[in-house]
Amino acid sequence: MRTEDLIDRLVLDPPPRFGFGTVFMAATLLGILVAGGIFLAVIGVRPDIGRAAESLRFLFKFAATMPLALGALGVALRLSRPGMAAGGWRLVLGAVPVLLATAVALELHQVPASLWQSRLVGANAGFCLSLIPLMAFGPLALLITVMRRGAPERPALAGGFAGLAAGGIAATFYALHCPDDSPLFVAAWYSAAILVMGVAGCLAGHRFLRW
Amino acid sequence: MWDQGLEQEWADLMRMALAGDSAAYRQFLLCVTPHLRAMARSRCRTLGAPDSETEDIVQEVLLAIHLKRGSWDSSRPIGPWIGAIVRNKIIDALRRRGRRTNVPIEDVMDTLAAEEQAGGLAQMDIDSHLATLKRRQQDIVRSISIDGDSIRETANRFEMTEGAVRVALHRALKSLAQLCRIQST
Repeated sequence: MRTEDLIDRLVLDPPPRFGFGTVFMAATLLGILVAGGIFLAVIGVRPDIGRAAESLRFLFKFAATMPLALGALGVALRLSRPGMAAGGWRLVLGAVPVLLATAVALELHQVPASLWQSRLVGANAGFCLSLIPLMAFGPLALLITVMRRGAPERPALAGGFAGLAAGGIAATFYALHCPDDSPLFVAAWYSAAILVMGVAGCLAGHRFLRW
Repeated sequence: MWDQGLEQEWADLMRMALAGDSAAYRQFLLCVTPHLRAMARSRCRTLGAPDSETEDIVQEVLLAIHLKRGSWDSSRPIGPWIGAIVRNKIIDALRRRGRRTNVPIEDVMDTLAAEEQAGGLAQMDIDSHLATLKRRQQDIVRSISIDGDSIRETANRFEMTEGAVRVALHRALKSLAQLCRIQST
């Protein structure tokens, strides 16, 4: 086939109806709805939410999970487009470990050493490790599906950020349920669950996002 | 990578193309192709690949630009976007070459013999992939390109709706890109 013949055919194939950014946004919102649906159906908000909302430790969980989700989404979107670097979203994402480390240091400073272990182990770490991935699966699948319309130069990396984003969304919901508010618990178990999703995203990216 | 004015022109054409202007899209592809060819050729030469591979790479890049055109953020320069796609496809081509250098000598002899029979005509990869598509997709793709038929004429000929022809064409293009990629992994 001559190259001109190929061009003749390409021209007859109409452009996609929606832009990539729009579709990515739609997948994100749908992912949040799916994760939220599972959250309400399976665990729901903790009973003492009113009192918890006044505690700094409880609020800190969202100060960590929400920027994580947002930053990872921003990076995943940019990495899905050829010729684009991760950009400013990297900074949002990079702020999360700094925030977490600061909170852990404050907690260690405020709480007597005898309580460190019980704060770290918490009430139900296994629950955290299984529910965050459970709620993150839907958002990750949706993100990977739309990212196939993109063209990431580094598919595994882009998929990894999609995984972190899905983990961040799920962790935000899980934080509404979880009775463990100590930054020690969050740094250990939330991080572990979210990193598992990051690895899952890398694998999915490597498998599904090459083009 | 390219002259700024040139990139500006490409970006304008691509914006119109994404809005549904197929004449602008044709012009964009025709304008970009010589530049893609120059890049592919210089890469092939530095890497010692035969010139016949250049056109395969050009066609793969065009397919990728086509299928991924929605991933260009129209508020950004188009040069880096095209450059990244070309890079990706050249890497694919390199992998393919890496694999080919491992083929046993008998296969090489066979290939050489076959090439001689073909009278030195370059055998395009896309054509061999086209032959592996579903019958109906092949018919549609061939009918459109070789006979210069429009979508409507093709639809009439195969007694399909125009929408169905478009869908089949789109799927065929996606499959072709997929086949090119699979061959390189």
